[in-house]
Amino acid sequence: MRATAALSGAIAALAALPARAVEPVMHGAQKALGIKQMPWVFLIPNLLAVLLFSLMPVFINLFYSVTGSDRLYPVDRPYIGGANYETLFDCGNYLDPSTCSRDLFWRALGNTLVFVPVQVAAMIGIALFTAICLNRDIRGRGFFRSIFFFPVMLSPVVVALTWQWILQRNGALNGLLTSIGLNRVNWLVFPDSAFFWSVFVTVWAHMGFFTIILLAGLQSIPRDVYEAAKMDAASPWRVFTRITLPMLKPTLLVVFILCVIRSVQTFDELYVLTGGGPGSATILIVQYIYEVGFAIQPRNFGLAAAASLLLGAVLMIFTLIQLRLARGRNL
Amino acid sequence: MSEVAARPVHSAILQFLTRRRGRTRADWTDWLTYAYLFVGLAVMFAPVLWVVLSSFKTPVNLVEFPPTFLPYAVETVEVEGFDEPLPLYEVATEEGETRLLAQIRRVGLNAQMIDPAKPEAGRVVVAVADAKPVRHIQFYWGNYAQLLSTSGSNLWLYVYNSLFITVVATLITVVMNSMAAFALAKYRFKGNTLALVAILMTLMIPPTVVLVPTYLIVAQLGLVGNLWGVILPTVATPTGVFLLRQYMLTIPDELIEAARMDHASEWRIYWRIVLPLSAPALAVVAIFSILSRWNDFLLPLVVLNRREVFTLQLALASFQDENQIHYDQLLAMTTLTALPLAFAFIFLQRYIASGIASTGIK
Repeated sequence: MRATAALSGAIAALAALPARAVEPVMHGAQKALGIKQMPWVFLIPNLLAVLLFSLMPVFINLFYSVTGSDRLYPVDRPYIGGANYETLFDCGNYLDPSTCSRDLFWRALGNTLVFVPVQVAAMIGIALFTAICLNRDIRGRGFFRSIFFFPVMLSPVVVALTWQWILQRNGALNGLLTSIGLNRVNWLVFPDSAFFWSVFVTVWAHMGFFTIILLAGLQSIPRDVYEAAKMDAASPWRVFTRITLPMLKPTLLVVFILCVIRSVQTFDELYVLTGGGPGSATILIVQYIYEVGFAIQPRNFGLAAAASLLLGAVLMIFTLIQLRLARGRNL
Repeated sequence: MSEVAARPVHSAILQFLTRRRGRTRADWTDWLTYAYLFVGLAVMFAPVLWVVLSSFKTPVNLVEFPPTFLPYAVETVEVEGFDEPLPLYEVATEEGETRLLAQIRRVGLNAQMIDPAKPEAGRVVVAVADAKPVRHIQFYWGNYAQLLSTSGSNLWLYVYNSLFITVVATLITVVMNSMAAFALAKYRFKGNTLALVAILMTLMIPPTVVLVPTYLIVAQLGLVGNLWGVILPTVATPTGVFLLRQYMLTIPDELIEAARMDHASEWRIYWRIVLPLSAPALAVVAIFSILSRWNDFLLPLVVLNRREVFTLQLALASFQDENQIHYDQLLAMTTLTALPLAFAFIFLQRYIASGIASTGIK
C-alpha cells in the first residue's frame, strides 16, 4: 500500500508540470465550447491515438495486402489484387513446405500449429498444478508464489539470454549432465531439442501469469464444499475431478483463451533465444511477418500485411470468445 | 529456550513444515506438494541466480567446463624480480608431496615456475598436468567495470533511452487514459457508448497484427529512429481506459455536483477530485505500463534503427548478433537490465498479482 502511495505520489508530481500547462487550455475550451462539449475534449486525445494507431492500421493493412512493390508509402504502391494472398497460398502440396513458393510462411505456420497446442497444454497443465499446490494450507505460500511469479516481470530478452547461457555447449545444463556421466548436447543446434527448449523457456517465463489467475479462481471456490467432501471421505483425486475442475471451469476457459492469444503471438523470446533456427525449426508466424516486412531485403510489406491479416483473423475469433466469456464476469 | 535449542535442526525444520492449522499431521499429498514446490523453486530461481553468479566470474573462469557454481579467482603472489603478480599453483612432486609454486610462463605442456618463498633457488620446469591452480571464491567486478568503460557512454545512453520511453509513455498513458475514462464514467452524452466500444474494439487488434501499418504511420510522422516513435503508438491502451472507467464509476456523483456548485471548472474536477480518488487504479495502470514499456521489444526493434536510440533491451539483444559473443559483458549487462525490475517486484508484487487476477491484462 505504501509503495503504491509513493508511486502515485511520484506520478502526480511528474505529471503536475505538463498539467499546469494544460489547465489554461482546458479552461479556455470550456469557455469557448460550453460544458456540454467537455466530455469530447477529454476523450479526443485518446480517441485520436486509438484511431491513428489501432483502427486506421487495420485498413492500411488491408490496403498493403492488395498492393505490391517494396515501397513504403501508399501512393507509390500499385494495386495487385489478391496476388499477395495467392503467393502465400501458392503450394504444390500443403503438407510439404518445400513445394510452396513461400516455403518459410508454411514452415512458420506449421511450427505455430505445433507450438501453440503443445505450449498451451503445458502452460495450463503446469500453471494449474502449481496453483493447486499454492492454494493448499502450506508453509511459505507467499514466498513460493513470488518464486513462480517473478519471471513474468523479466524482459523477454533477459529470459532468452539467461537460458541461452544455460543451454550453450559449455553451459550449466551440460555441466550437470557430464557430472552424472552423460554426454554434452548442443541443445539449440538440433531442431527437435531447440523446439523443446522454445516451449520450455516460454512456459517458464509466462506460467506465473496464468498461475496467479488460476489461484484467484481457486480461492473463490467456497471452503465449505471441500469441508463437505472431507466429511464424505472423498479421495484427493475425486475432490479434484468432481469439485475443483467443475468450479474452476470459467476461470480455466478465460486462461485458455488468453494463453492461446499470447501463444500465437510469441516472438521476443524465440527471436533472441534461437532466432527461429536452427534453419527454420523454431520460426513462428510473427517472426515470419517481421522477417518478410522488415529484416529480409527487399522489404515485402504487402506479403507481411497479408500474413498479418490472416493472423489477425484467427486472433479475432479467440478475442471475441474471450470478450463473450468476460461479459459474464466483471470484465 | 534450552529445549528448543537442544532439538536437532532438521526435526525443527520438519516440524515447521508439517505444522498446520487444524490437523497435526501432514499426509502424502502435503509431501508431494512440498516436493513439487522445491523442484519448482530450483527450476524457476536457479537460472537467474546462475546468471548473476556467472557475471562475477573472471573471463577464464567463465569458459571453464564443467562450470563452477561459484565465481573463483586464481590466487596470485608477488615475487621479487617480477613486475606483475604471478599466479599460484599447487604442484605434485615425484616424492608425493605438494609444493606451492608461482608460474612465470607456460611453454607447451610444461610451465616455468618459481618458489615464492625462495626465489633465489631459481626456476623449475613443471609439467602442466601436475600443477593445479590455487583458487578461492571471489566476486570479480571486472566485467562490470569493463562494461562501463568500453561502452561507457553508450550504456548510459541505452539506460537513458529506456528510462525516457518508460517514463514519458507511462505519464502520457496515465493522463490520457484517465481523461478518457473520466469522460466515459462521469458524463452522459450522445456517443458515450460508441466511444467506449471504439476504444474497447482495439482489444481485438493486437500490436503484432498491425506492425506494418504502425511502422508506416510512424514513418509518415518522421519518427523512425526517434524515441517518440515507440512512445506514441503504445499510449492508448484499451485495458487502461476500461479499468479506470470501472473504478471511476464507483466515485459518487455528488462530489462532482458539489464542486460544480463551487464553480470548479471541469478540468479542476478531473484533476483535483476524480484523479486523486482513483489513485489505486491509476497505480495498476502505471505499473503495467512501466513493465511493458521497459520490456518492449518488437516495436523498438522495428522503429529504433540506429545504435544511438537503442533501448537496453535492443542493446542487449544486439550483443549476440556480433560475430563473437562476449559472455563476460553480456552477463553483467543482463544482470543490470533485470535489476530495476527485481526491485520493483519486491515492492509491487502484491499489486501486480491483484491486477492480473482481476483483469487478465499485462
